[in-house]
Amino acid sequence: MELTVALVIGALTASGVYLLLRARTFPVVLGLTLLSYGVNLFLFATGRLMTGGQPILGSTETYSDPLPQALVLTAIVIGFAMTAFVVVLALRSQADHQDDHVDGANHNGHQNSTVSQEQSR
Amino acid sequence: MNHWLTAPILIPLLGGILQVFVGYAPLPLRRTLALATTAILLASAIALLALANDGSYRAYTLGNWAPPFGIVLVLDRLAALMLVMTAVLAFCSHLYAINRVDETSRQFHSLYLFLLMGLNIAFLTGDLFNLFVAFEVLLIASYGLLMHGKGTQRTVPGLHYVVLNLAGSALFLISVGMIYSVTGTLNMADLAIKVARVNPADVPILQAGGMLLLVVFALKSAILPLCFWLPKAYASATAPVSAIFVVMTKVGVYAILRVYILIFGAEAGALANLGLDWLFPLALATLVMGVIGALGANNLKTLVTWQVLISVGTLFAAIGLGNVAGVSGALFYMVNTTWVTAGLFLVCDLVAGQRGCVGDKIVTAPRMHNRTLLSVLFLLGAVAAVGLPPLSGFFGKLLILKAATPGPQMVWLWAVLLIGGFFTLIAYSRAGSIVFWRNSEGHVAQIERLTVPVTVSTGVLIAMSAAIVVLAGPFSAYAEATARQLFDTGQYLEILHTPTIGSDTP
Repeated sequence: MELTVALVIGALTASGVYLLLRARTFPVVLGLTLLSYGVNLFLFATGRLMTGGQPILGSTETYSDPLPQALVLTAIVIGFAMTAFVVVLALRSQADHQDDHVDGANHNGHQNSTVSQEQSR
Repeated sequence: MNHWLTAPILIPLLGGILQVFVGYAPLPLRRTLALATTAILLASAIALLALANDGSYRAYTLGNWAPPFGIVLVLDRLAALMLVMTAVLAFCSHLYAINRVDETSRQFHSLYLFLLMGLNIAFLTGDLFNLFVAFEVLLIASYGLLMHGKGTQRTVPGLHYVVLNLAGSALFLISVGMIYSVTGTLNMADLAIKVARVNPADVPILQAGGMLLLVVFALKSAILPLCFWLPKAYASATAPVSAIFVVMTKVGVYAILRVYILIFGAEAGALANLGLDWLFPLALATLVMGVIGALGANNLKTLVTWQVLISVGTLFAAIGLGNVAGVSGALFYMVNTTWVTAGLFLVCDLVAGQRGCVGDKIVTAPRMHNRTLLSVLFLLGAVAAVGLPPLSGFFGKLLILKAATPGPQMVWLWAVLLIGGFFTLIAYSRAGSIVFWRNSEGHVAQIERLTVPVTVSTGVLIAMSAAIVVLAGPFSAYAEATARQLFDTGQYLEILHTPTIGSDTP
């Protein structure tokens, strides 16, 4: 179970970082989402992985740590709000510049922006 | 339990909520309420400073949960100093914002107050995860404030700032998770005990967590490899927002001071003085880059933005010395540089308003209407920022220079700080002489006339550098007492024994 969880966290984080470094805003937003999923799973795993454990006294033989669950809950709420904000910001940037490049449109002419479009492909 | 500790958090929270509800009320009413909130906040911060001046720690257990299980607020000299520094700056830049930038958006005042709330939570909290929450509160308010204003030139710097800080938050969570996984606590006082006694097999995880945390704080305070977001973000914001943002880099400074002296300090066993050896060289490199940027700046606001980096470099160089004198010099310098840099942002905006379409570019332009007042304000601000006598920047730098113990560290610190100061002086002289002395014929048709609030707020912030000199004796004594209290970590651990209401233990 440890290996599976570790691989999932690693895959989510790696894809998140890769997408975060893209030149278009949509992959960047997706990358942030994946990164926050990876981080949330990681936070959850810091309380040690176990099956059948409950954080309530007297309910089971083995207890799971309730604190990471509370931390994850907080992190999810904050991450959700931030993602919503960054989506709105990306839409605003797209509307302002008629382009979804993370550096906005190039006002000096379209040559540079076409070059960067080709590069990003 | 002293309930006044919650005042710096509750006042902007309630004031901000009130602003949300009166969003459609007449503008004068909203302004009065908003400014009154900041004024009450300033009063409460000064009251807490007087309270903390006796040198003891005061803890407030939120929800009456005994530490280390609940969240505690801790007031000591450092927290009180940060609160007052922020509140003075907040009041002045809030006063400046009125009549100028708060007309375009109904949310300005509430966002501004929520930003102050986030800052105050960060200064008062005694819990690492709560520090993360405080960072998020102040960041989401700052995203809104950064985007505030007309035009489309802010969307791209805003997007960069948001994405970078979201990545920083992810790193913060990872480091908090790593530290929690081996210590089982996030209360700072409890961590200080547990880190020293950690299982040797777990030391690498804790070390990685601690260094990741340093990366996060370095990103917030803009140390060299992580500072490239700052110039664009600060230069594109409106003037009062840039002024209050000056304090946001100081939150990173505060967090590093608090966490790395208390948790990874001299008594942390295997991890004693973690990250301290990285701080000093990176700080000097940041300072050098700030100076180079200031020399190459082509408008006044960018010049002041690089001044923020110069301040951060100077501060961390002093903190990196790792002794009481260094930290006390850093605290003295920090208060001065925060107020003066913020004041300079406001001066730049006043200058830009009187030069028509030229704005604050460092080029010749027709004479300004209020050139005498503005040039004197700029001169005083530049003298205090560069660190020339007789203003406070000089004394701050002197304290930092004196703190270095003879050796290679001293050679590097003196050389970089003094030569850097000289080149900063050149940058300010060049900018000032072109903007104020080299005038072209003609006049600007539409100028923004100075009003009483903007003149007073800018003047007060710049005059603070003189006020600090007048009060240099008590103030440097306070800074030194703060540094001593900070290094005497044993006393901080007493907050773990804070009695809860209704408990039997005294």
